Amino acid sequence: MDNVKNEMKLEFSSRSANEAFARISVAAFASQLDPTIEELADIKTSVSEAVTNSIIHAYNGKDGIIKIHSRLYENEIEIEVIDTGSGIENVEEARAPLFTTKSSLERSGMGFTIMENFMDELKVESVVGLGTKVYMKKLIKTKELEAN
Amino acid sequence: MKIDHYIDEKTLKVYLTEEIDHHTSSIIRTRLDYEISRFRPKKVVIDLEKVKFMDSAGIGLIIGRFKVAKSYGGSLEIENSSDKLMKIFEMAGLPKIIDFKENKKEEVI
Ligand SMILES: Nc1ncnc2c1ncn2[C@@H]1O[C@H](COP(=O)(O)OP(=O)(O)OP(=O)(O)O)[C@@H](O)[C@H]1O
Ligand SMILES: [Mg+2]
Repeated sequence: MDNVKNEMKLEFSSRSANEAFARISVAAFASQLDPTIEELADIKTSVSEAVTNSIIHAYNGKDGIIKIHSRLYENEIEIEVIDTGSGIENVEEARAPLFTTKSSLERSGMGFTIMENFMDELKVESVVGLGTKVYMKKLIKTKELEAN
Repeated sequence: MKIDHYIDEKTLKVYLTEEIDHHTSSIIRTRLDYEISRFRPKKVVIDLEKVKFMDSAGIGLIIGRFKVAKSYGGSLEIENSSDKLMKIFEMAGLPKIIDFKENKKEEVI
């Protein structure tokens, strides 16, 4: 893998108003790779999904800290969204389309499916009672073409 | 959000203009459910042309309004959903149960 070109960390409270803050901040950072509008939209949506999950599911409306750690490489971006909330009992089941534990709140169970579709890689590490780390990677194709 | 009541005596038309996420969808939901329960429209039309961002919260918001409209004897129609939004709705299979209309600008009158 290429060398890290740039790196950033964000830390914020689990307030729903920070969903927009988080996705806009990561998009601003990602824009250094000169992504297409489409690629940027995919990144924004995926960050929004992961952060919203931490707010709703991990902290369940209570106060908590969410961390984002992002690295830029020549033609890809890595994003980690980390919480120290409830954790997920069965990650495989949670990642299945339409699976939700909060249907009463009009959640559709499509968050992980969207992240998987919009990003090139998705890894979910979770320990019940300790928290969850969502790792995502996206190739910035425009850059990839230029590099070749 | 802009709301037109009874554009043809039985239709409630809503233009959503904000980004749709978990934060904004609860505000939109409260307002729409109030309007639907108050006016009991035969048809609710939600226009998404001005929506520049939507995540999975939009799926829940639309399915939820479909159910509420139906509970008051009405139907739901979605207008001017961009390709980006459509991709998300399609992942969840919404076009199978809800009416999505093409961009009105392409209609020849
Ligand atoms: N950070 C997290 N901490 C604890 N549980 C989580 C976390 N992220 C996801 N989950 C669990 O995984 C399930 C599936 O998540 P996913 O984002 O796919 O759907 P959802 O959030 O329930 O609905 P949607 O995202 O479509 O509104 C959630 O219902 C929740 O039980
Ligand atoms: Mg979710």
